[in-house]
Amino acid sequence: MLAQVVFYVFAAVLLMSAGMVISVRNPVHAVLFLILAFFNASGLFLIAGAEFLAMLLVIVYVGAVAVLFLFVVMMLDVDFTQLREGLQRNAPIGACVGAILFAELVMAVSNWTMAPASAGVSVQAVPGLTNTAALGTLIYTHYVLLFQACGLVLLVAMIGAIVLTLRQTGSGRRQNIEKQHARTREETLELVQLPLGENVLEQGGFLRPRTSYYEIAAPGSYGSAEQRKEAEKEETGA
Amino acid sequence: MAQFFYHTLTGQIILMLLETLAVLVPLLIAVAYLTLMERKVMAAMQRRRGPNVNGPFGMFQAFADAIKMITKETVIPAGANRALFLFAPFLTFSLAMLAWAVIPTGNGLAVADINVGILYLLAISSLGVYGILIAGWASNSRYAFLGGLRSAAQMVSYEVSIGLVIVSVLLAVGSLNLNDIVLAQRHIWFCVPMFPMFIVFFISALAETNRAPFDLPEGESELVAGFFVEYSSLAFGLFFLGEYANMILMSGMISILFLGGWLPPLGLAPFTWVPGPLWLIFKILFCLFVFIWIRATFPRFRYDQLMRLGWKVFLPLSLVWMIATAGFLMATGLLPQVGGVN
Repeated sequence: MLAQVVFYVFAAVLLMSAGMVISVRNPVHAVLFLILAFFNASGLFLIAGAEFLAMLLVIVYVGAVAVLFLFVVMMLDVDFTQLREGLQRNAPIGACVGAILFAELVMAVSNWTMAPASAGVSVQAVPGLTNTAALGTLIYTHYVLLFQACGLVLLVAMIGAIVLTLRQTGSGRRQNIEKQHARTREETLELVQLPLGENVLEQGGFLRPRTSYYEIAAPGSYGSAEQRKEAEKEETGA
Repeated sequence: MAQFFYHTLTGQIILMLLETLAVLVPLLIAVAYLTLMERKVMAAMQRRRGPNVNGPFGMFQAFADAIKMITKETVIPAGANRALFLFAPFLTFSLAMLAWAVIPTGNGLAVADINVGILYLLAISSLGVYGILIAGWASNSRYAFLGGLRSAAQMVSYEVSIGLVIVSVLLAVGSLNLNDIVLAQRHIWFCVPMFPMFIVFFISALAETNRAPFDLPEGESELVAGFFVEYSSLAFGLFFLGEYANMILMSGMISILFLGGWLPPLGLAPFTWVPGPLWLIFKILFCLFVFIWIRATFPRFRYDQLMRLGWKVFLPLSLVWMIATAGFLMATGLLPQVGGVN
């Protein structure tokens, strides 16, 4: 009784939010409704007793995929009025494509039969296991090759995405941590011996340090020769 | 009486409500005192006194702060998406509360002792990013949006290594039930044989809760206050409560996965006299202390350093560790047999 009520609530919210995904104007709201739909689907899995699939749906789709989706949609600069503009003009074409797809789907599903060869391949889950353990034995024991093949397809997709976005311009400022760690005292620090009292300048009754340490600075480390001469002139007021 | 509570629908609902309250009320009090603890511990580390005016040792400071926060005006910025703006703090807060349903505080002592408890925790903690992302977008402010984007990238990155660390723990347990995970540590806590993963998990937990040194989403020096810059009053308060409740939750996860949950350090007489829930609380307090200690010690990471640590250090390390754990368990024949155990 209670399970039935909960089922109808989840199913109704799922269908409603799925409808909202394609009908709301704001794309961010659409993604948020999509997330709500995922959530309710996972609730339906829970009612069906497939708790592992329910959690996985939330972790993978809501926790990772939809986050990136939302991320991209939020960053897009979408002009809402422009989005609505083509609707009138494109509606007949869209309806046409939709009708053809729907007709094909009906034709395909009404003639659906399992290939006789597939009956020998399918494996029944061991009864008495929790569904996590049952899924584990099915995927990793009986269908391990298919599972590996799926993994390979995903790997190819991942490498493709990386190759598409990777740009080796060589210009950007990058931190080379190994290089920083390998720095020694010799190439970083320079100790200079300041002669006592030599670099103090009497100015207006105060003793001040000079700003142009040309006598003691390493050659070339304090600007050009002209700059040093200018600074010296400024300081002494000559 | 027992008949009423266990066998009628009304009784079960009342029982469920009471159980929920028994978890949530102590949790909210803990959050209130965690803010005080943070200020006190930080003060001690910086040779200050911290709050000491309201009540003995500043004990009422948390309530004074709460009253101040509630009585302030709620400001909704012009151009903000009103509904989502108010929804975001509510989401953050309720997610932080929801996760506590599966945390076992004693042997089998949880509101919901479900088979896939650890996945539930992972799912709830991966939803936490939405509160921040929605808050950042709905505020219609550049600072808030930048904070939200940073946080989304950061939390998604560190979830990957958290997931892999959890997998290596699960390999040694053979069950997704949190109760079984704790019971598997009767002989030795997982922080001993899996010490590197303990450290990885701890640091990832810091990043996941947006705590220093990974508090870039807030980054007050460049983003003012990040994603909640536009929030005030109770909405800000809900974010605040949610963040601290998340900290306690992450400490709870660390305690359960690596520090033996409610188990005493040794199964000997003086240790077994202390009840299990108290041991869990001690361990959570220890983790929280380290959280605060780290905040008082380390400067904030730069964003590229954060991403480098997550993807180039933690991800390969936890992946290799997972494979090594599986290999070791297979080679020594210690791999737990699942056949209908949980």
